[in-house]
Amino acid sequence: MSDILKALIEIVGERGVSNTPEELWFYSRDPGVLTPHLPDYVVAPRTTEEVRKIVLLANREKIPVVPMGNGMSLTGLVIPLKGGIVLDMKRMNKILEVNAMARYAVVEGGTSQGVLKAYLQEHYPQLRHSIPDAPPTTTIAANAALHGQGRLTQQYGFNSEMVTGLEVVLPTGEVCLIGSPSLGPYWFSRGPTMPDLSALFLGWLGTTGIITKIGLRLYPNKKIRDVELFVTDRVDLIPDILYKLTHLEILEDVNVWFQPKPLMFQGNFHITLYFTGDTEEEIAFKRRMVWDALQEYMDSKDGGFMSVQYMKEMLMEMPQRGIADFADVPKGGGFEYSGPITIIEHFPQYAAKVVELAAKYDVLYASSARLISGGHCMMFSISFAFNRNDPAMMTRVKHALDEATAFALEMGGIPWKPNFMEQKMIMEKMDKNALKLLQMIKNNLDPQGIMNPGNWEVNS
Amino acid sequence: MYALQWKEKVCATCPSADCLLKCQYISFARHDEAHGEMMKVVRGEDSRVLHECATCYACEEYCKRGNHPFYLISERREERGMFTAPRPITNQWKNMTQMQGKYMVGQVKDKALSCCFIPDLGILGTGEIFKDVASAVAFGAEFMCPAVHTHFARMSVIKERLPIVIENFVKLGVKEVICLHDECYGTFTAIASAYGIDVPFKPVYYMDFLLSRMKEMKDRIKPLGIKAAYQRPCSNRLIPDKHPLVKEILDLIGVELPNREYQGENCLCCGEILRSVSGYKLADDVQERNLNDMVQTGAEYCVFNCPACQSSLSEKVAKKGLKPVHIIDLCKMALGEKERGVR
Ligand SMILES: Cc1cc2nc3c(=O)[nH]c(=O)nc-3n(C[C@H](O)[C@H](O)[C@H](O)COP(=O)(O)OP(=O)(O)OC[C@H]3O[C@@H](n4cnc5c(N)ncnc54)[C@H](O)[C@@H]3O)c2cc1C
Ligand code: SF4
Ligand code: SF4
Repeated sequence: MSDILKALIEIVGERGVSNTPEELWFYSRDPGVLTPHLPDYVVAPRTTEEVRKIVLLANREKIPVVPMGNGMSLTGLVIPLKGGIVLDMKRMNKILEVNAMARYAVVEGGTSQGVLKAYLQEHYPQLRHSIPDAPPTTTIAANAALHGQGRLTQQYGFNSEMVTGLEVVLPTGEVCLIGSPSLGPYWFSRGPTMPDLSALFLGWLGTTGIITKIGLRLYPNKKIRDVELFVTDRVDLIPDILYKLTHLEILEDVNVWFQPKPLMFQGNFHITLYFTGDTEEEIAFKRRMVWDALQEYMDSKDGGFMSVQYMKEMLMEMPQRGIADFADVPKGGGFEYSGPITIIEHFPQYAAKVVELAAKYDVLYASSARLISGGHCMMFSISFAFNRNDPAMMTRVKHALDEATAFALEMGGIPWKPNFMEQKMIMEKMDKNALKLLQMIKNNLDPQGIMNPGNWEVNS
Repeated sequence: MYALQWKEKVCATCPSADCLLKCQYISFARHDEAHGEMMKVVRGEDSRVLHECATCYACEEYCKRGNHPFYLISERREERGMFTAPRPITNQWKNMTQMQGKYMVGQVKDKALSCCFIPDLGILGTGEIFKDVASAVAFGAEFMCPAVHTHFARMSVIKERLPIVIENFVKLGVKEVICLHDECYGTFTAIASAYGIDVPFKPVYYMDFLLSRMKEMKDRIKPLGIKAAYQRPCSNRLIPDKHPLVKEILDLIGVELPNREYQGENCLCCGEILRSVSGYKLADDVQERNLNDMVQTGAEYCVFNCPACQSSLSEKVAKKGLKPVHIIDLCKMALGEKERGVR
């Protein structure tokens, strides 16, 4: 047994470490199209102290550390590109505190979305968090680490903007409290009125430290939730429609989606509109506001509300499982998406690009855009499904995704949860002094370059 | 292509113009005004009817002179490239009901039990009542009556698809098709005959089947002793002669059908298509009036004929304190096959 393995066992116990081939095989890949790479060890800590010791060891031995939640970000972000330790955070899954009055929760760095949802439903039914449509096993800290979006993003911004404080193990082993918890017992603010240090970790994809605790804003959970589905066949109208809808300031979530299959969806753009209320009157009032806002499109026959009776159950699911069904249309269960963040005005150009790429690379597409912060921007997903047993199809999807990222950058968008190559494209294009700042931060925080190496490689 | 068989002279000399005078959605001051507008439609001229018709199907029942005013209105709208509902909704319906080879056929011999393209009908067509035909199910777009496209003024879709649907049944070798969907029966009888489309099998209306089965099992019926308000579907306007069956069946199982304002010829539709065609204001108004009218009868149940009406109104009637139930389920309740309650 190697010294490193022994040291790891000493830290987390035998059941918390593995280097067996079958386990390393699983931790070498994600469900996306990037090439797998084997780690040397998989380690599953249970406490911040264990994480700290692992990082100190890794620092001393110059071993890469890849923090991992559920590994479902799809763009290879937890593939250990340079081997080393995959740090599986899932055993750090406790809910530490809910402050119902200040509406925040504090959870450990491997707590899943599903666990927090179930806990709130049981103990604080009047509260909810912004759950993404990712599988419920995906983790809260990882979602913040990649600037994820959830059901409340239309109203309140990126899920990472809802962070109210962090406990982080720095790449050099220090445990650091960020925000109001650094001054007292309350986790109500990540920074303000101090400099906001959480930005050193959010969006960094685990390359600047390991989040071991995270505070997260909670929001009112209204008694009733409802949905309307507006459809139009004129893509050029979408930005205006979204502008009118966001002007209402009453919508919980807004998704715009289009896909060629099944046939009933072909040729139309669908806007799913969610709204909430505590009474039937409130719901009826909001529904009327939505209908009135879009009446002109009904009058011109360019758009209308589709009956949702038969789809309602599926549309109301949180997270929506139907999204993953798409992966199995070509059989073989693969799907990956590029999800640039962009301005709503560009919806028509992005929509045309999806169709163009799908035709060029002969792959099946689906697209869904989620509005962010009342329409300041949107996440426009360009999703392709593929058969995992068909390497040629996977290569075509990879090319299509690369081209989608290049297009997003050309259009002034920002690739979301970029893979390592896309990160390079971003750094090449970004303002040179901003890149310098990025280098200063990364090199100072992670002098040995051990954190999720291959990602945000600012020096190459 | 099949053409609507229209008796122009019958219209020209019509003393009543009931088709439009009775219309619940377009108001006319006098007979000559209504008649004048209908004649414009007949002549292929523009008329306010083409712009204001809410597609409720009712004039098919109001006209007692053998013409088909609603089909004609729909034809004229299509000729002019008009859309009743928004274009994307119209096209979506067309796509959604497109035959794609995803149908289901059971052990069909000389009889088929048509479930149209409505999965709920498969569940209804079971139990003792349907024991001899339940296995002979035909389901899917290939067996769906395309009548819904009249709402969207796309008679071309009906003319194109109906002969194929009929042919699909013929290929099964059936002599009889028991239609669980009111609209299918209306299509195979009223629409097919209006367009001169031959139907080489006998369409059987499910309520006729239900009544005769319930009569056969009369001894087993335990009268329910309840009051139920009936939601008549738009498609029943195509086959008004079948409307009295509801009362006959309900009488047999001990269900009182209270009088209400919106019944018979004056019934109101479920309102869901109105929502697509005219917007929420009209739909909400129609639903509100209809449901309040049900409530004031003191009915305990709202009994449905069409699963589409049931799906659009169930939640709403339940919120008003009525239990939504399909007429087949009421019969099953009377036979003790089903718990009393909501489905
Ligand atoms: C069907 C489907 C639907 C999806 N829908 C959405 C959606 O609606 N919204 C959305 O935002 N995403 C969505 N996703 C993408 C993704 O699954 C989510 O963003 C999810 O939150 C990722 O969580 P994870 O635990 O799987 O992250 P992982 O893939 O494990 O990690 C993601 C990144 O975070 C880093 N990381 C993980 N844990 C830590 C930690 N404790 N400290 C520091 N860094 C860490 C990792 O190194 C990696 O860089 C979807 C994915 C699928 C498959
Ligand atoms: S359609 Fe019928 S009711 Fe109307 S005018 Fe013609 S004959 Fe009379
Ligand atoms: S279908 Fe209904 S709304 Fe249209 S004209 Fe006939 S009765 Fe009036």
